[in-house]
This record gives sequence, C-alpha cells and structure tokens, in this order.
Amino acid sequence: MPHPALDTIACPDCDLPQTIPPLPPGGSARCARCHETIARNPSDPIDRPLAFTVAAAIVFLIANTMPLMGLSAVGREATTTIIGGAHQMWLEGSELTALAVAFCAVIAPGGHILFMLTVLLAVRHPPAPRWVGDLLRFAAFMQPWSMNEVMLLGILVALIKISQLAEVVPGVGIYSVGALVLLLAAVAATFDRHVVWTHVEWADGTHPPSDPYTRSGAGVPG
Amino acid sequence: MSAAALGAEAAGYVSCTTCRLLSRPALAEAPGFCPRCGAELRLRRPRSIEVTWALIVAAAILYIPANALPVLTTTTLGSEESDTIITGVIYLYRSGSWFLALIVLVASVMIPLGKLVALSYLCISVQRGSAKNNHDRTRLYRLVELIGRWSMLDVFVDAFIVALVQLKPLMSVEPGSGVVYFMAVVVLTMLAAQSFDPRLIWDAHPPARGRHG
Repeated sequence: MPHPALDTIACPDCDLPQTIPPLPPGGSARCARCHETIARNPSDPIDRPLAFTVAAAIVFLIANTMPLMGLSAVGREATTTIIGGAHQMWLEGSELTALAVAFCAVIAPGGHILFMLTVLLAVRHPPAPRWVGDLLRFAAFMQPWSMNEVMLLGILVALIKISQLAEVVPGVGIYSVGALVLLLAAVAATFDRHVVWTHVEWADGTHPPSDPYTRSGAGVPG
Repeated sequence: MSAAALGAEAAGYVSCTTCRLLSRPALAEAPGFCPRCGAELRLRRPRSIEVTWALIVAAAILYIPANALPVLTTTTLGSEESDTIITGVIYLYRSGSWFLALIVLVASVMIPLGKLVALSYLCISVQRGSAKNNHDRTRLYRLVELIGRWSMLDVFVDAFIVALVQLKPLMSVEPGSGVVYFMAVVVLTMLAAQSFDPRLIWDAHPPARGRHG
C-alpha cells in the first residue's frame, strides 16, 4: 500500500504520525506530542467561508478604491488610497519598498481572496479538478504576506503622527480595511484547507476523493 | 515522556507539506511527488538550517543600516528634519502617545531583534542535537512565525505618511534611505522563519539514548 489510511497524518510541526478519530462538527484535535492543532472539522467547511470570502472580495474592492484619509493644511487638501502609499514611495525613489508595500497591502490580499473564491466555488461540486489544488497552494503562499491587520495599525499610527502636523480626516477606506480584517479572520476561522484536499481529484489519477474521517474504505481505489 | 525520533520519516513515510498526505517515498534520497496533490515530496525542508542561517546573517547585517539611517525626511518651508526608527519612537513618546510609541518600539525594534535571537537559538540547538525543551522550542518557533509580520508596521506607517503629506513647497515628507533596509530585514526574517523546519527539533535522540554516547 503506497500510503496509510487517510485518517492517519503526521504532525506538520513534529512529524509524529497519528490517527485522527472522527471529530464532532466544530471539533478539533491536537498533536499528542507537541500539542499543535492538527485537525479540525468545521461544521460548514465550504459554504460558510465562501460567504465570508464573497463579502471580503466586495469590501476589498471598496477599500482599494475609496480614499483612506484626507489632509488639510492652510487651505490645501490631499487624500491617499492604499496603492497611493506604494505609488508615492516609488516616485520618491524607494522602488523596492514600494513593491513590498504593494505586494503585502494589495497583491497578496487580493490574490488570496481571488484564489480562495475560485477554490471554494470549485469544490462545491466534487470531485474538483486538479488545478483547484494548485490554486489552493497559491492561496496558502499568499496568506503570510497578506498583511491587512498590520496595514490597519500602520494607517492608524500614520494618522496620529500626521495629526501633529496638520488636520487629518479618516476616510471610508479605513473603515473598509477594518471590515476586511474582520472578514478575513472569519474566513480563516471557518475554513480548513484539508477538507478541500479531500474534495480534489488526485494527481496520480488513481483515487477518487474520499472522506478522510470515514475509516472504512478511505484511500481504497474505487 | 520519551523524545526519541518517532517521526513519520522514522516509520518509513513522508508527509506532504502541501496537502499532508502520508505516503511511502519512492526513494529515501528522492522521495518523488505526492500522489494526491502532485507537490514535490521532501522528508525535511532542504538544507533548512543552512538556508535559515544565511537569511539570519543577512538580516542581522541589514539591521544596522535599517536603524542607523533615516526612514523619513520631513521638509517644512525649506528646513529638513530626518527621523530614524528610534527617533520616530522618541517623537511619538514626547508628543504624548506613549502607547503608540510602545507599539512601534515593540514592532520595529524588539520583534526583529527577538526573531534573530530566537531563530539563532533554534538553529544552534538543532545543530547540537539537543533533545531538551522540545515543547518550549516548538512554541518559540510558532511565536516567531506568528508575530514576524507585525514588524512591517513601520514600513506601512512611512508609506502612508509619505503618500499623504505632499503639500510642496509648504510641507512634504520623503522616504529615507533606511526604509529599504528595514523592509529587507522584515522580509528576510520572515523567509528565515519559513525555511526553518520545526520537525528537526523532534528528530534528535534524547541524551540517554544518544547514538554517539
């Protein structure tokens, strides 16, 4: 047998192989050795994160088009958007910093939301084709670099620092970023990527998707 | 509780880092590809300790210009004033926002430094084959991975101040030369944390059962 039953997994942090018992909806299991949470069974693992992701996509568009904050001093006014932060950095000669800001503030969150949306829509009708797995991998790559919550705190600190120099007015963008942070946290809390893997067609083409928490018949070619 | 090597690797399996399927490696040296997701299988992240060390050293070197050079230059009616990260913190403290000053100090100075020290300690302990404090070391690694992103705070603060305060010739703010080094420190320490394989912590045998006495 090329692999053990699908309910046996190795802890990603300490590599201890262990069999996950059937979990109640909403339950989770911790590694017997290093206590990392290694399995979760969210009660509604596709539709619930999908709803939050759709909302996040809409709020993401608003957050990126509306002004974050405005400034007025001696009769002159200025506003900025999220991408404006990266754009001005680029114009001032800090191209690398501009790219990092654009990636962590716009590209990674946008890519993460887009890939999650596609993955979740595709796995609603299993078996999902193989490219869904590739998109899920891209989404997982984007996630650590998607820094909306850090950006939100950065905007607030910038707002307070500028308020010492001139009058600043928070814009719709700030509230949208706040909502986006909450929605993405809700996506992360309701989603479990290992559930998606059980809905995706196998790369070697020999196995149909099966439920890892059903002991009998798991992983047996059908 | 025994801390002997009890990993999937020891049991003759390889765990896919992408989809977590356990499978038999094609060969120990070249485990091949995951039958479920098609990702390349690796028993451990390749050259984990060497890559992590290289990134730690690079980040430690860049940490010096990141803190010594100005991150922001404010021009008000012809007079220029440059701020490094630490003078920015002092400015926040003096203007009464001691809480914000503390947040920026922790995110920009203490977290990057703490990450460098923590990752160095993890690398050294793995290289020495330590089998002690495995739980604490795993917890430390998770903490480093979790909080590393918050160091990007100052880069965002600088970017939005530069973007908004453009009222030339009255008042304008330009990014200083230090901000790119600081951004590089944050990115390199995040990559260093990602390249460290926490499973190496659990691979070592306890001293009592040490292979070389």
